[in-house]
Amino acid sequence: MDKLINEFSFGLFFWQLLIFIGLVLLLKKFAWKPILDAINERESSIKDALSSADIARKEIESLNEENQRIIKSARSEREALLKEARNTGSKIIEDAKQEAKDSANQLIKQAQESIESEKRAAIQELKNQVAGIAIQIAEKVLHNELENKEKQNKLIKQLIKETKL
Amino acid sequence: MEIPAIVGAGLVVIGVGIGIGNIGKGAMEAIGRQPDATGKIQTVMLIAAALVEGIGFAALFAV
Amino acid sequence: MLKKIHLKTLILIFLGIGVVSANDFKGSTKNNKEDIKEYILHHLQDSHDFNLLSYTNDKGKKVHFGIPLPVILWDNGLKIFSSEKFHHGETVAQIGKDYYKLHHNKIYKTNSKGEIFYDESSHPTNVTPIDFSLTKGVVSIIFTSIIMFFLFKSLADSYKKNNKIAKGIGRYFEPIVLYVRDEIAIPNIGEKHYKKYMSYLLTLFFFIWFLNILGLTPLGINVTGNIAVTFCLALITFLITNFTAKKVYWKHIFWMPGVPLPMKIALAPIELLGVIIKPFALMIRLYANISAGHIVLMSLISLIFIFRNWLGSSLSFILAFSISIIEILVAVLQAYIFTVLSALYFGFAVEEHDHEDDH
Repeated sequence: MDKLINEFSFGLFFWQLLIFIGLVLLLKKFAWKPILDAINERESSIKDALSSADIARKEIESLNEENQRIIKSARSEREALLKEARNTGSKIIEDAKQEAKDSANQLIKQAQESIESEKRAAIQELKNQVAGIAIQIAEKVLHNELENKEKQNKLIKQLIKETKL
Repeated sequence: MEIPAIVGAGLVVIGVGIGIGNIGKGAMEAIGRQPDATGKIQTVMLIAAALVEGIGFAALFAV
Repeated sequence: MLKKIHLKTLILIFLGIGVVSANDFKGSTKNNKEDIKEYILHHLQDSHDFNLLSYTNDKGKKVHFGIPLPVILWDNGLKIFSSEKFHHGETVAQIGKDYYKLHHNKIYKTNSKGEIFYDESSHPTNVTPIDFSLTKGVVSIIFTSIIMFFLFKSLADSYKKNNKIAKGIGRYFEPIVLYVRDEIAIPNIGEKHYKKYMSYLLTLFFFIWFLNILGLTPLGINVTGNIAVTFCLALITFLITNFTAKKVYWKHIFWMPGVPLPMKIALAPIELLGVIIKPFALMIRLYANISAGHIVLMSLISLIFIFRNWLGSSLSFILAFSISIIEILVAVLQAYIFTVLSALYFGFAVEEHDHEDDH
């Protein structure tokens, strides 16, 4: 301790104090402040750049998402449209088929009916003609059969024979 | 017989040496366990070593 | 490539130390060890001239090479004269009516014969005038300050010119400035208060580092191993700590919260002592480390001239070389520790305690 106090030089202390404080103040004004400010500014600008890049990336992401969404909805819309079209088409076909079938059925029915009535008419006519013919034939036959007495007797006899009492 | 002061100072220096050695050992073990915290451990180690060292200086200059 | 150049420079530096020292010891065959011891002690002290080398010539006369520095004394008025007049302490200097003599690098007022009187414990009893001389140490401090000023001013200017990108020689120091901010100031002081201490911490770190390195050059100027210099630095740290301290800091010293009353009374003087011991340890640490480094280095170099044989001298050269490399590490380590501890003390001073009883 003695040695330390003995070694202490007031002049050196004085100059050191003066120069050091001067140096701190000078450097503060001319060096440290500008340096630290520049570094801070640089850091904040880097930070800003990074964050803006982040924001841009997020924006792009959201844009992408939007695009994806739009594409998806468009696709689903198209699908729906297609489906509807398909449905309508098949319905039209179905309707047409039904209509055709109906009209065909009606035609068939009409035809059948007219055929039936024609047939009946024909049958009626045929019946009439047959009856007429039969009467003519019967007239002729009767005419022939009952020309003489003998034949009339014979027939009566046969009829009596056939008739069983 | 009087023991000279320098012997006491020597004893203190031995103690300080052991102390700083222990601090270094502890720091190394800590770094071995957690290499990620190396910077922090080094700072704390230096501070602790500096404090122990202070005692050594006090003893040396008291002589 | 760069490493090679560095290695070459280092070797040159250490060879330089060897040459200077060799010249110093030339011719002093008698009592070599005593001479060396005196030389080392002399070297550790501040001196009034910039002595590059000195030797005793064939006629037994001491020859000095160096630059005399101005001596400024306050002794019933300001007295300024060149240190040449002391003739390295060999003769008495007459300034006006007064006589001064240099004795172990201290100036004493003497009679016309230059006699120094001693008391029982062999301390000189002569009057010592107040010495404001621009000594070797002061010149080194001024030199370092000028270098630092222009270095960091050029760094600051390069930001303006180059769109916030450092250029030139200052660029190498930008990472260190950042290191001081991010690894020393912010963790120890805290994000909130660190800004007002930055100027001091940065100046402190580079000042100590540069002076330490300057001490390892062949000039071997021992500035940071000087108690007045370290005392000044520690004093500034002490003053800043206590003048910027918050109320909580003083409360923790005088009335430690969260401990029982008797403990409070017992802790107060211990804590108060700690306030003084902390900067005191700072002062002693830097002084002792740098002084010890110089002593060890110079002793090892001196061994060359004690051994005076091929094997011993080369061995001591290798030892001195490796110690020099360690000293370069110590130079930056001591600057770092001084700065870290200063920052830590500032951190204690401005700390804000959220929990009153977390001790």
